[in-house]
Amino acid sequence: MLKIENLTKAFGAVNAVDNVTIEVDRPMMIGVIGASGAGKSTLLRMLNRLETATSGTITVEGQEITGLKSADKRRWQRDCAMIFQQFNLVPRMDVVSNVLHGTLNQRSTLATMFNLYPTADIHRAIDILDRLGIAAHAAKRAEALSGGQQQRVAIARAVMQDPKIVLADEPIASLDPMNAQIVMDDLRRIHDEDGRMVIANLHTLDTARRYCDRVIGMRQGRVVFDGSPEQLTTGVARDIYGADASFSEAATSTSIDALEQKIPQRA
Amino acid sequence: MTEKALGPDIENPRLREVREAYAAMTRTKQMYGGIVMVVFVALMASGFMLADSRNAGGFWDGILNIFIFPGEVLSEAAGKATLLPGLMVKFFPSLIETINIAAASTLVGALLAIVLSLLSTRGLARFPRLIPVFRRMMDISRAVPEIVIALVLIFILGSGPVPAMIAIAFHTSGALGKLFSEVNENASMKPIEGLQSVGANWTQRMLLGVIPQVAPNWLSYALLRFEINIRASAILGFVGAGGIGYDLKNAFSWGLGRYDEVAAIFILLFLTIVFFDQLSSHYRNKLVGKT
Repeated sequence: MLKIENLTKAFGAVNAVDNVTIEVDRPMMIGVIGASGAGKSTLLRMLNRLETATSGTITVEGQEITGLKSADKRRWQRDCAMIFQQFNLVPRMDVVSNVLHGTLNQRSTLATMFNLYPTADIHRAIDILDRLGIAAHAAKRAEALSGGQQQRVAIARAVMQDPKIVLADEPIASLDPMNAQIVMDDLRRIHDEDGRMVIANLHTLDTARRYCDRVIGMRQGRVVFDGSPEQLTTGVARDIYGADASFSEAATSTSIDALEQKIPQRA
Repeated sequence: MTEKALGPDIENPRLREVREAYAAMTRTKQMYGGIVMVVFVALMASGFMLADSRNAGGFWDGILNIFIFPGEVLSEAAGKATLLPGLMVKFFPSLIETINIAAASTLVGALLAIVLSLLSTRGLARFPRLIPVFRRMMDISRAVPEIVIALVLIFILGSGPVPAMIAIAFHTSGALGKLFSEVNENASMKPIEGLQSVGANWTQRMLLGVIPQVAPNWLSYALLRFEINIRASAILGFVGAGGIGYDLKNAFSWGLGRYDEVAAIFILLFLTIVFFDQLSSHYRNKLVGKT
């Protein structure tokens, strides 16, 4: 279904993503982990075509993505929704309008200029919001919502696009543990109930283990781990992050369950 | 694949309520938008018709003659095109004087504007209670036309570039102060709070916390103001402040066969504005860190 071959993105002399090859045969939930600057975000941004690859190919259901231009590119971006760490909503517009932005690719510029959307779309947007449990906030401005609620609006906008692939770039990095869990549960539901592929950049290993069917580890632009969550042992994690034996994921875990584990004494 | 999961749940009364509330809100917004649009168009049309009826000549009769004067200037200048380079050299010294007036007044005005803007921005002000005082000071300097100040100062100090410089600097401090203050409002408070936490005083916080954030925007506003001031100092030449404006006035008013000088001065002014526009975008990009 998704095939990434020898994908490279160079920023000056540095390869942010270096010769990455990944193949995914069916829709699944994939977690991408790695230290800051490992190239996770750049990889996702190239999939959505917010960045253009320096070399290499991305093929989705037989369609080559990296070479698409203008209208074809925007058409692909409709099929490939993106969720951001900082939500990237339009703060002064109401929640439903933000969700309706998911249909912009199908609407004429003139209609969207006057904020005219078909009633069916408006109803669908409210249904999606209801499914994510925030329909009560439909008429509020996006900026009036809490971080967790805003991220769910962003997920609703993504679902509104009716995409094949949902990309999430550190969707829970600015959220508290409770809201992080709600957002991850929602992403998992989008995969389970709608059968969409979800690729999420994650900072916390326990989140990757709990929610993902497959985990990809990146270090300095290269894929250094690609396997099932069970294979993601502490030793593997140390390799991915380039850490030594003092590294313990429970030390900074944001999972509420981590409290129940024995917190290791600091040296 | 979505219909199953997103199946509309019409039976749910709560959901219907949300839908209806949102539809009502959208209708209200669209209605207001439509009314504003209609009122705007009506006001524009009626205002234009009223103004036109009070015009001595009438817009529609006069509009056709609009190109006669520029045409005369252009045809005369074209006839003496060979003289233009020589005239441009001749007027170059007075152009330098005009640019000097503009540069000095922009510099002085911008420095005043920095102080005024920092003192009148909510959240940054040294004396929050005095914000209205500093705002009114800026309002006054914007309200008085620079030509009035220049005329008064020329009466007191005699003609020359200094009265023009003071007049333009006075206006610039108010105009830039307002723009700077709006830039300051968008500055992040985090670095300022950080500096406050280490015990920095107000001036230190402003110098090290605010100015690095806002300097690129300040610079681009100041350079825009510099362009405006070049034109303003050229106009002040008409009332005896020297510079290229004085030459322009002579070329215009003694008429009859001197339109080639007018054309040469306009070309000089145009080239100056283009030059400083290019220069300012170059330095601004450098400051922001773009290539």
